[in-house]
Amino acid sequence: MGLDFSVVPEFSDFILIGALYTFGITLAGAFLSFFGGIAFSVIMLYGHWSIRYPIRFFSWLFMGTPLLLQLFLIYFGLVQIGIDIPAVVAGIIGLGLHFAVYNSDIIQAGILAVDKGQHEGARTLGMSRLQTFRYVIIPQAVRDVVPPIGNNMIALLKDSALVSVIGVTELVHASQLAISETFRPFEFYITAAVLYYAINLIMETGLRRVERKIEASR
Amino acid sequence: MDVELMTKVAPFFIEAAIVTVQLSILSIALGLVMGALSAAGRLSSVLLFRMIATAYVSVFRGTPALIQLFLLYFGGPQVGINLDPFAAGAIGLGINIGAYMSETMRGAIVAINRGQAEAARTLGLSRFQAFYKVVLPQAARLMIRPLGVNINAQIKATALVSAISVVELTYTAQRYIGSTYRPFEMFALAGILYMIIIYIAGRGVTYLDKKAVIQ
Repeated sequence: MGLDFSVVPEFSDFILIGALYTFGITLAGAFLSFFGGIAFSVIMLYGHWSIRYPIRFFSWLFMGTPLLLQLFLIYFGLVQIGIDIPAVVAGIIGLGLHFAVYNSDIIQAGILAVDKGQHEGARTLGMSRLQTFRYVIIPQAVRDVVPPIGNNMIALLKDSALVSVIGVTELVHASQLAISETFRPFEFYITAAVLYYAINLIMETGLRRVERKIEASR
Repeated sequence: MDVELMTKVAPFFIEAAIVTVQLSILSIALGLVMGALSAAGRLSSVLLFRMIATAYVSVFRGTPALIQLFLLYFGGPQVGINLDPFAAGAIGLGINIGAYMSETMRGAIVAINRGQAEAARTLGLSRFQAFYKVVLPQAARLMIRPLGVNINAQIKATALVSAISVVELTYTAQRYIGSTYRPFEMFALAGILYMIIIYIAGRGVTYLDKKAVIQ
């Protein structure tokens, strides 16, 4: 059986909607993972032990098991305890929490990497703890933190393919539906791969630009 | 928590965990070979090798592993590649992680001071000898830890092959979630087994890393 890409254009609307879903899930997941990561890292660094330990346990759990398994747990587990949410929401929560844990590690390291003297100096100058954090620590930490978090967001784009398994019609699942009608997996998976690669390139180029700006501001 | 149910299905999970370990070992071995070859390609002075290796790393890091697996397993037969699920899983994952390992290895080699290679050349070593006897032994030590990170990620990535119906840990968990409607228990079982595998692999990496430093 030869390859015949002429079957693809017929499904182009379908595939593009899938790609839009992928883009939206990535964006929402990235948003959740970013702010979740900040929240976790603040708790881990400054929180009371009674909240710190549960978060640490949660991080350990999420770093030690596959994302796919976590997606199953969130999607089917929430149903078990009586919360029925759409697969797309379960997917976004799963991706968001998974990457929040990784982002939290990066943010913690970034904050801890700022010299202690900076903190002491700011406090000596009469700044409050909050002011020190906001005007002295954060601006310095951001430079170390942005590139690896950007890489995580690109990884999140690729891992968003996993939510197809819980039945979200994003790029992979849309391709699967087209394949079930045409029986041409190669053509449609190549098309999906090209689209992922394109989104990936756009994100990478954006990240490199931001990195260059950060380097210039040092 | 239904502990009785968990002990009843545990033997099936342990059997599945063995498949996960086999997949991890095979794909990591293939990944190391692909990584080393493409790292060599990217550092080569031959433009063609450089281009092939760069394209390999860029494409396989730039698209989801799941798509790569589907392409190999479902799309393969269209272009004459017929593989059973396990073989497709091991090969697909190995080629995927190879692209990441390539970057790790290249990073470690580039991190070795140029002066080392220059000094070796001045002492009369050939280019190959300078690389093999001077640069590589130093770079190899730098590689162990980041490769450990790749290996950790790879063990978790083996879960993907459940989507091409390889009966490994995640597939088994999924099947039992479907038949028992007990996601938390099944997740706990599979999660514990994944963590044990990752812990053992992590200890192995730490051991190698310590040994390398002592040398």
